[in-house]
Amino acid sequence: MTTTQENTTAQAVELITVVIDGFEVSVPKGTLVIRAAEKLGIQIPRFCDHPLLDPVGACRQCLVDIEINGRAFPKPQASCTIPVEPNMIVKTQLTSPVAEKAQRGVMELLLVNHPLDCPVCDKGGECPLQNQAMSTGNGETRFEGVKRTFEKPVAISSQVLLDRERCVLCARCTRFSDQIAGDPFITLSERGALQQVGIYENQPFESYFSGNTVQICPVGALTGAAYRFRARPFDLVSTPSACEHCASGCDMRTDVRRGKTLRRLAGDDAAVNEEWNCDKGRWAFKYVTEVDRLTTPMVRGADGVLAPASWPEAIAAAAAGLKGKRAAVLVGGRATAEDAYGYSKFARIALGTNDIDFRARVSSDEERDFLGAKVVGSATTYRDIDIADHVVLIGFEPEEESPIVFLRINKQVRKRALKVSAVATKLSIGVEKLKAEFIKVAPGSEGAAVSALSLTGKSVILVGERAAETTGLLSAASALAEKTGAKLAWIPRRAGERGALEAGAIGTLLPGGRPVADAAARVDIAAVWGVPTIPANVGRTTSEIIESLGNGSLDAVVVGGVDPQDMPNSAAALAALSNSFVVSLEIAHSAVTNVADVVLPVAAVTEKSGSFLNWEGRARAFDAAVADSLNRSDLRILSAIADEMSESIMLGTVTQAAREISSLGKWDGARANFAAVSAAGANKVSGNEALLTSWRRLLDLGTLQKGEANLAGTARKSVAVISPKRAEAMGVKDGDILRVSNSHGSISLPALVEDIHDDAVWVPRNSFGTQVLISLNAVHGDVVSVVKA
Amino acid sequence: MADQNEFQPLVNKENKDVDITSVAYEKVEQPGPKSLLKQAQGFWVTFITMFKKVNTVQYPEVKEPTAERFHGRHQLNRHPDGLEKCIGCELCAWACPADAIYVEGADNTPENQMSPGERYGKVYQINYLRCVFCGLCIEACPTRALTMTNEYELADSTRSKLIFEKDDLLGPLRAGMLPPPHPMYPGMTDTNYYNGDVKEAHPSQEQK
Repeated sequence: MTTTQENTTAQAVELITVVIDGFEVSVPKGTLVIRAAEKLGIQIPRFCDHPLLDPVGACRQCLVDIEINGRAFPKPQASCTIPVEPNMIVKTQLTSPVAEKAQRGVMELLLVNHPLDCPVCDKGGECPLQNQAMSTGNGETRFEGVKRTFEKPVAISSQVLLDRERCVLCARCTRFSDQIAGDPFITLSERGALQQVGIYENQPFESYFSGNTVQICPVGALTGAAYRFRARPFDLVSTPSACEHCASGCDMRTDVRRGKTLRRLAGDDAAVNEEWNCDKGRWAFKYVTEVDRLTTPMVRGADGVLAPASWPEAIAAAAAGLKGKRAAVLVGGRATAEDAYGYSKFARIALGTNDIDFRARVSSDEERDFLGAKVVGSATTYRDIDIADHVVLIGFEPEEESPIVFLRINKQVRKRALKVSAVATKLSIGVEKLKAEFIKVAPGSEGAAVSALSLTGKSVILVGERAAETTGLLSAASALAEKTGAKLAWIPRRAGERGALEAGAIGTLLPGGRPVADAAARVDIAAVWGVPTIPANVGRTTSEIIESLGNGSLDAVVVGGVDPQDMPNSAAALAALSNSFVVSLEIAHSAVTNVADVVLPVAAVTEKSGSFLNWEGRARAFDAAVADSLNRSDLRILSAIADEMSESIMLGTVTQAAREISSLGKWDGARANFAAVSAAGANKVSGNEALLTSWRRLLDLGTLQKGEANLAGTARKSVAVISPKRAEAMGVKDGDILRVSNSHGSISLPALVEDIHDDAVWVPRNSFGTQVLISLNAVHGDVVSVVKA
Repeated sequence: MADQNEFQPLVNKENKDVDITSVAYEKVEQPGPKSLLKQAQGFWVTFITMFKKVNTVQYPEVKEPTAERFHGRHQLNRHPDGLEKCIGCELCAWACPADAIYVEGADNTPENQMSPGERYGKVYQINYLRCVFCGLCIEACPTRALTMTNEYELADSTRSKLIFEKDDLLGPLRAGMLPPPHPMYPGMTDTNYYNGDVKEAHPSQEQK
């Protein structure tokens, strides 16, 4: 288990020396006895104690004998609630027969009502209660009565099941929900022998972090619906891995049985995710084994039909279609850092172009300049949030878009009332939970509100990828950071975006943050790659590439993991792709593979090794969890195509790519200048017109969440949010159906009246019944009409 | 008299330090039959056996019953109403020293009740190429679902035929049993099943 980081890093820590089982140990003031004993390697049995939760002393399993200044406590004390004090002498079960007997007694009482159903319990084999009953319990039971039984199992959400008779009432789950996630939807109810974990009648346990309660439950009382009865710990091959879902960069553990991922658990990294992760990271992994997975390369023949082909045939077809053509590369934000580097090198060497962009979403030129000048190579970290005096959220909804950042801010809010400000169009559940100052703006006028903020050098500005949707907002944020000295961090939504940026998968940058426009930078890269020159002109952006494909100024494109539906004008994008030569590297059938000329199946994250760079720029390396997968990484396929084109990029393996990236190092020359863009301001609305604002929810229709119905069951309901003033003017109450429409199409959703700017209407961007970019083809700040349906 | 069974070191008697590999075979003293009496003793045993009762069984024409507790092929047992006893707990697989057993558990649902309680064994395989018939699996089984029969004729022509699936291992349906899936006996819980309160299937358990 982790020891809390604060203890080791606080300045001038006062040390206290105590004697435990005859051994002296010096620990910082405030350390709990159980933790001090751990430092000596003395394991005191425990259930309720968790280093990241407040002590509660609920299970009484950790009883020890304590003596201070020669005066002994009359009874054994719970070592998880008592901080060390000078002249304290502690005797654990190892040296004190009284403590030993007390622990056996507690264990016997805990087992009175615990059923003997280990054979059908998912926790069997990795259960702290099983283990400690062996180490601290009696072999035979003296209890002859009837055990307490409950109806089982109770589904407290669609993904968490509760077996109440197994519960030892340690309150870990309720404390986690309350203290860490800030979703106090479960609590201990009733008293005495009937005490049990319960949910509120009208509030289901719909927390984005509910999976952590399953992981920290020390018995099998909380189990995950997806993993229920699927395997035993000894069946599973565990591989440390990294989460591919968002840019938080969680450390994970992937458990595989016979080539199939059965579950994923939060890993233990004090600097990043501590011991937590979100439900998406924990449960959204079935997409790997869905039926729509590509299993074989495909080539479009002379008859226009996409037919299965052999690998050499497909590679040859791809190379023939790209060789000597004006081609570009679109790499989505899901590629690993090594794969992105492969795409970057492939574009420069094999295609001889800087036309590459990883931003498969709403983006802007201002953003590209911002990334090149302010983000690449920067290193704001979770630690900066820990010590910040003020955190500002701009175009960023932490709970939905980077849940571990939310947990970290929430921790500081709870601990020391960290001041948080959110510049947003709508008050959200997450912002409310952070007790943040909600700076309400109209969609499009965020810039002015940002410029008006006053910060200090210890403040942290967190800018989301949605900031690119408002002209001038990134300029305002970076001006604010420059003026006040506050730290600035850019938090994209996808796991691969920061890595792709550092790998130079963008038209203005080469790997390591070297500006394309800088001749010295180009010489640098050319020398390492062993090529005479690197193209000097700045490359096209995603929208320019699509436009050029459409008007014929580009012939071909290599597309890796891009869904046109994430981009504005998705119909036009698809039309442009279907008129060009498209090489698609994908894990599953998609809109792009349908129009592609060569389709090459690639490995999913669990099937390959690599690394992601999280929003901090911290590398999150992982190994292949399904080691014997035959699927190849993007890198290896690109390398094969380049070889076939006689323009070798020499990147056969991930290790080779990683070595080359580290040998390149970071650019130490001048960064590109960031030309500030002035804000455009919000559009004007009147009558039933409103400005559209939206963001993606954590659990929605995302491609990587396919096939996991239990997870989808806890997604938040799709609603259209309007302000009380507008609702009153329209005569609408909560639940009435609203029709949000423009010339392109419409979306009908139940209304929710909430704190939102009067000129705005908010809808989820990609949830059930509301796919804004497809239905409305509208982006943030566009005028739509809102009427009662 | 040197006994032929006595160990005799193969060394040159003149020079004890000589390397044995460099000495010609003929020059080394060989142990060998020395005593006719000892040989006669050996043949006496052969001779006397001719007049004893023959133990040889003319297998496979003649088959004799095994010992009562002989460890033969496994069987997955049923409750008296036909529901499977196996709950898919994998304790047998856990106990197996040869990694011969593969089990996957699954949920019992009202439409698909295979065993009493919540969980049943969806996949059950025993690999008889690996099994060493030690019986640790049947000792581990918490519901006495897995036992061993006296059947020992397990040879076959391909490897795949020696991986027995659940269908191959399940015991036969006896009188009073209904083939699962079907609901549990009315008014009974899984505990009643384990306590032996269910004696045979109830008519209402039959699933159309």
